[in-house]
Amino acid sequence: MTKLATAPALDSTHGFLSPSGVEIVFVLVGLAVLGAALLTVTTKQLVHAALWLVVALGGLAIEYLLLTAEFVAWVQVLIYVGAVVVLVLFGLMLTRAPIGVSPDADSGNRWVALGVAVAAAATLVTLVVDAFRSTWIDLGTVAGSTTANGVTLFRYWVLPFEALSVLLLAALVGAIVLSRRTARDEKER
Amino acid sequence: MTLTLAILVPLLPFLGALAGLAAGRRAPGLVRPLAVLPTLAAAVLAVLVMVGLGPGHHLDAATQLTPTGGLPITLSFHLDGIAVLLAVLVTVVATCVQVYSTSYLREDPRYPSYAALVSLFTAAMLLVVYSGDLIVLLVGWEVMGVCSYFLVGHHWERPDARSASIKAFLVTKLGDVPFLFGIFVLASDAGTFRIDGVVAAAQTGQLPHATLAAILLLCGVAGKSAQFPLHTWLPDAMAGPTPVSALIHAATMVAAGVYLVARLEPVFLRSTAALVVLGIMAVITMIGSALCALAQDDLKRVLAYSTVGQLGYMAGALAVGDRDAALFHLITHGAFKALLFLCAGVVIHAAHTNSLTAMSRMDGLRRRVPDAYATMGLGLAALAGLPPFSGFFSKDAILTAAEHAANGEALTGGLGPAGNVPCWLGWTVLIGGLLTALLTAAYATRLWLLAFFPVRRPEQAAAPVAPTAAAAAALVSDEPAGPVEPPAMRAPLWLLAVPTLALGLVGLWPKALPAWLDGVSLTPSPVTWPIATAVALLGAGLAWLAWRRAAARVLAEAETDVGAAADPAPLLLGPLLAPARVGFGVDVFYDRVFVRPFLAAARLVSFLDREVVETYVKGAAGTPGLLGRAVRRAQNGNTQGYLSALAAGVVLLAVIVAVAQ
Amino acid sequence: MHLVYPAVLAALLFCVGLYGVLARRNAVLMLMSVELMLNAVNLNLVAFDVWLRDILHAGQALTLFTITVAAAEIGLGLAIVLLIFRNRGTADIDRVGRLADGDETTGDIEKESGATVG
Repeated sequence: MTKLATAPALDSTHGFLSPSGVEIVFVLVGLAVLGAALLTVTTKQLVHAALWLVVALGGLAIEYLLLTAEFVAWVQVLIYVGAVVVLVLFGLMLTRAPIGVSPDADSGNRWVALGVAVAAAATLVTLVVDAFRSTWIDLGTVAGSTTANGVTLFRYWVLPFEALSVLLLAALVGAIVLSRRTARDEKER
Repeated sequence: MTLTLAILVPLLPFLGALAGLAAGRRAPGLVRPLAVLPTLAAAVLAVLVMVGLGPGHHLDAATQLTPTGGLPITLSFHLDGIAVLLAVLVTVVATCVQVYSTSYLREDPRYPSYAALVSLFTAAMLLVVYSGDLIVLLVGWEVMGVCSYFLVGHHWERPDARSASIKAFLVTKLGDVPFLFGIFVLASDAGTFRIDGVVAAAQTGQLPHATLAAILLLCGVAGKSAQFPLHTWLPDAMAGPTPVSALIHAATMVAAGVYLVARLEPVFLRSTAALVVLGIMAVITMIGSALCALAQDDLKRVLAYSTVGQLGYMAGALAVGDRDAALFHLITHGAFKALLFLCAGVVIHAAHTNSLTAMSRMDGLRRRVPDAYATMGLGLAALAGLPPFSGFFSKDAILTAAEHAANGEALTGGLGPAGNVPCWLGWTVLIGGLLTALLTAAYATRLWLLAFFPVRRPEQAAAPVAPTAAAAAALVSDEPAGPVEPPAMRAPLWLLAVPTLALGLVGLWPKALPAWLDGVSLTPSPVTWPIATAVALLGAGLAWLAWRRAAARVLAEAETDVGAAADPAPLLLGPLLAPARVGFGVDVFYDRVFVRPFLAAARLVSFLDREVVETYVKGAAGTPGLLGRAVRRAQNGNTQGYLSALAAGVVLLAVIVAVAQ
Repeated sequence: MHLVYPAVLAALLFCVGLYGVLARRNAVLMLMSVELMLNAVNLNLVAFDVWLRDILHAGQALTLFTITVAAAEIGLGLAIVLLIFRNRGTADIDRVGRLADGDETTGDIEKESGATVG
C-alpha cells in the first residue's frame, strides 16, 4: 500500500558534526519534552503531573512543526492539550486526588518497572541508532500541510475515517452509560 | 496309650487357657471351672502317665512337621523318669495355685485373663518338660517368659508392677539370646535338634564345641533361674499376685533352667570350664541371696531371695555332676516353696501388709491364720533343712554329692566322665552349701519369729501401732479374731504340706526315687548330714538369740524409740545390713552401666530423628509450600505487575532476536 | 535532519511512558503515561512519513487516527476509573486486585506495597 515516491539519497553535505539549525532546535525541544515526561511519571503531586503532561504534549507539537507536519501539530494541540488534558484534570478532581504531595503515588512495582523501562530503552535506542545511522530526512518541502492531509484523508482513508467516527460515537455513548448514576444509586445516596 | 495321655497333659491346660480367654466376658460363670478343671485333669493324667511309664523306662515319639532345609526340627516327646516326675510336680502345684486363686483373686476384675494365662503358663512348662526337641523346648521356654511378663504385671495400675514385669522380661530375654545361640552350636555339632541325639553325641565325645555351647546355655539358665548376675528380676517380680509367685517363682519357671541343665548334663560334663562357671555362679548366688534374705523387710522378698538361693543349691549340685540330687531338691523345693508362698499370701491378706516389722508388732495374727501358721512352720523347717522334713534329705543329697566330688569321685551316674569335675569345685560347693545352710536356717527362723511372735510394749497393747491405715483399720474393726482363711485357700496349703513332710523319705528307698532318675544314690552320707544339721540348728539358734536380744531392747527403750522392732537382722549382719537390704547394689550397678547409657542413646536417637530426619521431612513438605507461595505472587491481582512481566518478556525477546541476528 | 533524532526521542519517550504505566499507583496517572506512549508512537509515525514521503501519507493519516482513538480511549478509561472510584472508594490500582489468586479478602482491602511481583 505504501508507495515509495522517491527514496532519500545520501547527501554528502550532511554530517553529525555539523548539525543544521533545525536539528539543534529539535534536540533542545526534545530534551524539554523528555524532561517534562520524566517529571510527569515521577512527580508525587498528581495535579503537577497533569500539568507537566501539558508541557510534554506541547513540546511534541513543536516537534511536529519542526518536522513540517503542521496539521498534525495543531490537531495535537487542540485535542491532546485542549481536550485530553482537561479530561485528565477532571478525572483527577472527580477521584478526589489529593492536592499537594501524596506519598503513595508510586507503587512498590517501581524498581521492576525502572529496570524494564531502562532495558527497553537501551534495546530500542541501540536498535534505532544502529538501523538509521545514515538516514537523513529531507525537510525541503512541507509534507504535512492541511491540503495534503485533507486530500489523502478523504481520498485514500475515507473508510477508516468513517469507521473512526462510529468509534467516537460508541465511545461517547459508552462513556455516558458508564458514568451515569442509576435511579438505584440515587436512592442509596 | 501312655503317649496319648502324655499329649493330653500339656494340651488340656492350653485348651483351657483358650477357652478361658474366649469365655471371660461372655460367660463369667464358666471361668472358674475352666481355670481349675483342665489343670486338675492334667494332674490326674500326669500321674497316670507316670504310672504307665514305670521306673527306668522311657518313651520317645517324634514327627516332623515341615522340612526346614537345614537341621530338621521335630515335634517330639521324650518321656523318662525326670520328665514325668516333674510334670506331676508342675500340674499338682498348678492345680493348688488355681484353686487358691479362685479365693485370693475373688474380687479381681481381671481374674478371667489371669486364670487363662496361668493355664497357658502351665501348658508351656509341660511342653518344656515333655519336649524331646530343643526348638520345641525353646518355644515353651519363650511362652513362659511372655506369660510371666503378663502375670507379674497383672496389677498394671501400679508402677512397681509395670516396671517389675518389664524388668523380668528384659533380664530373662537378655539371657535367652546367648541361649539360642547355644542351642544352635549344640545342634550343629550334634547334627540334630533332638535332645537324645545331643546327649548321645555328648556321651560319645562327638561335641567339639561343648564348652562354648554349655557356657552360652548357661546364660539362658542364669536368666531363667535367676542366678547371679541375672538374678535381679526375681525379688522385684514379687509385685505380682502371690499365687503367681507360688507357681512361677517357686515351682515351675525358675525350675526350667535347672531342668534344662539336668537334661543336658552330659554336655556339661564334657567341659570342665562350664562346670566351673556354673559352680562359681551357684556359690556366689547361694551366699549372696541368703545374706540378702536375712536383711529384707518384705515377707515376699525374703521368699524370693530364698528361691534364688535354693536354685543356687541345685545349680551347685549340677556343677559337681550329680543331677539326681539337683532334681530331688527341685521337686521338694517346688513343693515347700509353693507352700510357703501360698501361706505368705494368706498371712499378708490377714495382716494387710507385707512388712515383717509391721507384723512383728501385730498381735493375734497366729489366731487369725492358724492353718497358715502351722503349714508355714512346716515349710520353713523344710527350707532350713531340718530332719525329718523333705528339705533335709534333698539338701543333704546335694552336700553329699559335693563331698564326693571334693574327694574326686563325682556322682555322675554314668552320664559323663567324672574326672571333669575338679576337686576344688567340690570343696567350694560344699563349703558354700554349708554356709548357706546356716544363713538359710537363720532367715527362716527370723521370718517365723517376726511374723507370728509379736513383741510389743505394754502401752502398745491398748493402742496398737500399725504401719498402714488398712492394717490399723483391720485391727480396730470388728474383723473376727478367729480364723479368717477361706477353705479354698486352706485346702491347697494342707495338700502341699504332705509332700513337704513326706517326700524326703522317698529318696531314701532305692526302688523309689533313684529308680526313676539315674539310679544314683540319694542317701545322705554319714559324714555330711550331721554337720549340715548342726549348722542349720546353729543358724536357727543364733537367729533366736538375736531376736531375744532385739526384743529385750525394744521393750526396754520404749520411750525413746517408738518405731523400733524386734528384728534380729541388724545384730546378725552388722555392717552388711544396709548393702544386703538393697541386694548389694547390683541393681544400681546395672542401672548405671546399662540402663542409663541406653536411655541416653535412646534420647539421642529420638533427638536425631526429631531434629535431623524430621527436618528433611518438614523441608520436603515446606518446600512445595514455599514454591507455591512464590508462584502465587504471580497471581496477586496487581495488573501493573502483570504488565511489567509482560514488558520485560518482550524486551528480552527483542534483545535475543537482535543479538541472534 | 538525521532520522536518528526523532527516532531516539520517540524511543525514549515510549520508555518513559512504559515506566509510568508500570510504576504509578493512581489510575489516572497511569492513563497519562499511556498517553505519553501513544504520543511517542505518533512522533515516530510522523517522522517516518516525512522521511518516506509516500503518496498515501500513511504516517500522518495514522497519526490523526491515533490521536482520535487515544482521545476516545481516555474518555472511556476515565469513565471506568470514575466507576471504580465510586464503587471502591479509591482510584489506586493496587487496591483493586479482584483478579488475585488466594483469599478474596486480601484482594482489595489490605493491598499495600508488599503486593508486588517478585
